[in-house]
Amino acid sequence: MKVVLKNLTKKFPGRDRKSEGVTAVNNFCFEIPDGKLIGLLGPSGCGKSTALNLISGLLKPTEGRIFFGNDDVTDLPPELRGVGLVFQNYALYPHLTVRENIRFPLENLKGDDRPSKEEMERRVQEAAKLVQIEKLLDRKPSEMSGGQQQRVAIARAVVKMPRVLLLDEPLSNLDARLRLQTREEIRRIQRETGITTVFVTHDQEEAMSISDLIVVMKDGVIHQIDKPQTVYDDPANLFVARFLGTPPIDVFDGRVESGWLYIGDDAVLSIQGVSDRPVWVGVRPEGFALDPNGPLECGLVGVEVMGRDSTVIATHPAFDGVNIRAIIPAEQAKDVGGGRVRFSVKPFKTHIFDRADESRLRFEVK
Amino acid sequence: MERNDNNLKAWLYLLPAILFLGVFMVYPLIDVFIYSFEEGYNSASQTFFGVGLYNYAYVLHDPYFLQALKNTFILVIITVPVSTALALLISVGLNSISTLKNLFQTVYFLPYVTNTLAVGLVFMILFKPTAYSDGLVNQLIKAFGGAPVDFIEGPYWAKMFVLCFYTVWAVMPFKVLILTSALASVNPDYYNAAKVDGTSPFRIFRKITLPMISPMIFYLVITGFIGAFKAYSDAVALFGTNLNAAEMNTIVGYVYDMLYGDSGGYPSFASAAAIILFAIVLTITCINLSVSKKHVHY
Repeated sequence: MKVVLKNLTKKFPGRDRKSEGVTAVNNFCFEIPDGKLIGLLGPSGCGKSTALNLISGLLKPTEGRIFFGNDDVTDLPPELRGVGLVFQNYALYPHLTVRENIRFPLENLKGDDRPSKEEMERRVQEAAKLVQIEKLLDRKPSEMSGGQQQRVAIARAVVKMPRVLLLDEPLSNLDARLRLQTREEIRRIQRETGITTVFVTHDQEEAMSISDLIVVMKDGVIHQIDKPQTVYDDPANLFVARFLGTPPIDVFDGRVESGWLYIGDDAVLSIQGVSDRPVWVGVRPEGFALDPNGPLECGLVGVEVMGRDSTVIATHPAFDGVNIRAIIPAEQAKDVGGGRVRFSVKPFKTHIFDRADESRLRFEVK
Repeated sequence: MERNDNNLKAWLYLLPAILFLGVFMVYPLIDVFIYSFEEGYNSASQTFFGVGLYNYAYVLHDPYFLQALKNTFILVIITVPVSTALALLISVGLNSISTLKNLFQTVYFLPYVTNTLAVGLVFMILFKPTAYSDGLVNQLIKAFGGAPVDFIEGPYWAKMFVLCFYTVWAVMPFKVLILTSALASVNPDYYNAAKVDGTSPFRIFRKITLPMISPMIFYLVITGFIGAFKAYSDAVALFGTNLNAAEMNTIVGYVYDMLYGDSGGYPSFASAAAIILFAIVLTITCINLSVSKKHVHY
C-alpha cells in the first residue's frame, strides 16, 4: 500500500494566549512506495512521532491530506485506516497473556470480518511464528524480556494484516545487543509480510541499517529523503551531514577563493562551480588521507587504535569544534607521530555548505 | 555480633509504635475477647460469676441485636456496591471531560470536608417533616402526585432508605478521589493501542480500564465493607441516640448501648457483640481476598 502525504501540517496550540503554539509537522510532502521500509529520522522533539501519529490517525492534521493508495484517509479514525502501531513502551496489556494480547485486535472485528475461533487461533499462531515467540504464548508480558515483549507488540500489530505498519522508536528500550538483533528481525518481518512500514528513530545507525528510504527531519521540516547511502554520501545540507555518521563529519571554517577551497589558510582542493564566498567545509572522518605533502596541517593529539582501523585525533585552528577525528587504516597508524600530522582530503568525502543558509554547494574538482 | 546490634537498634526504633499499638490496640482487643467469655462481669468491682458462652447466647437471642444485625447487613449489601459503582461512573465521567473538570472534582469532594452537623441539617431539610413543612423530598413526591412519607419517624423501609442514601453520599467522595487518580494513572498508550485496533468504548472499559484499576476497586470494596459494618454515627445523626426504639440500630450502636446506653452497663454482652462483629468482618474480608485473586490484576 502506497502512502502519500500532501502538505501535511500539525500545529499544537499554545498553553494560553501568551505562549505561542508549536508547529510539530510543517508542510510534509512525500510518498512512501508500496512495500518499503521508511525510517523517519531526526533529533528528539523534531516532530517525528507526531508525523507517525498523523499517519495512524491518533492525531488530526491541521492542514494537508493523507492517502493510503488512492483512498483519502485524512478524516478516517484510526480503526478504519487499517494501521498497525507498535509503541515505544510496547503497550502490551499486562493482565492478558501473550496469546490474548495478539488476539485482541481480531476480537474487535465485527460482523463478516470477524474470524471464527479456529481462524483467530490460526492467525495468532501465524503471527507468533513470524516473530518467533510460539513457545511463549501462555506467558504474561511481565514474564518476558524486553526483546520478547517487542516481538509480541509487533505480532499484535501485524495479526490483523494492516495496510501500513507504524513503529514508534521500536528499539530504544532495548539494550545494545538486542537492538542489533531486533532491528534485523524487523527488517526480516517487513520483507516477509511486504507491509509498507514507517519507523521512527533518533538513531541514525538504526535508520541507515534497515531502511529502504530515510526521511531526515528537524523542527518539523523535512531536510532530505533518500536512500540511506545517498543521505550519507550526498547530504542536502549541513544539518543532514552532521546528523548522519559516527564519528560525525568534521566541519571546518573555510572559503572558496579564485578556484581553490581553503580550510583556514590551507588550500586543500582546486574546485570549480562555486563562486568565491565563505563556506563550511565538511569532511567525513574517512575522507582524510595521511599525506606527508598534504595541504592540511594539523596538531596531533593522539591515536585511538580500534583493530580494523585507527582514529587520529587532531586539532586545526579552523575546526568548528574541539578535536578532529580522522579514520585511517590501522597499518598506517605507526607512521603518525611527532606532534604534527598532514592530511590531504578526498574530494568525494568533502562537502561544502553555504555559510548563511547551510545549504549544500556542489562543486567539481579541477 | 553486628547483626545483633542492628536487631537491637531496629527494636529500639520500633518501640514507640509497638508500645502505643500494644497498649491501645492489642491489649484492649485481647481484653474484649476475655470479657466476652466472663459472665456478668462488673467493671466497677472487676468481678464475674463464671466463664462460658452465656454472653454469646444472650446476645444472639436479643431481638435488639438481631435487629441491629439485620440493619447492618442491609446497609452493607446496599451501600457498598451502589457507592462503588456510582463512584466508578462518576470517575469515568470526570476523566472524560476536560472543561470544568476541576470544578466538578471539587464539588464531588465537598462532602468529604463538610462538617457532619451541617450535613445533618441539610438532610433534615431534605427529609424531615416539621410543623411548617413536609421536607423537600416530600414536597417533590407531592408535586408528582404521591403521598408524603415520614422518612425520619415513619416506616422501616423509608428510614432504611435515608440511612443508605446518607451513607452512599458520605463515602462517595473518597471513592471518587481514589478512582479518578487510578484512572488518570493508566498509561494513555494502552488506550491509543486499543483505539488503533478498533476497540469499542465499552470493550475498552471492560477489557482495559477495569482490569487496570482493579487493585484500587478491590481496595475500595474491602475498606467499604469494613467501614459499612462499623456504621453507627450516621444512624445517630439521622435518628437520634435511641436507635433501638427507631429500629435503626447497628451492631456498633448495639455495642455502645450495651456499654453506656440508658439500658447499658453490660460490658460482657458488649464484648460478645463486638467479637461477633469482628468474626463477621474477618470472614467477609477473607472471602473478598480469595475472590480478588481471580479478578484483580496487579
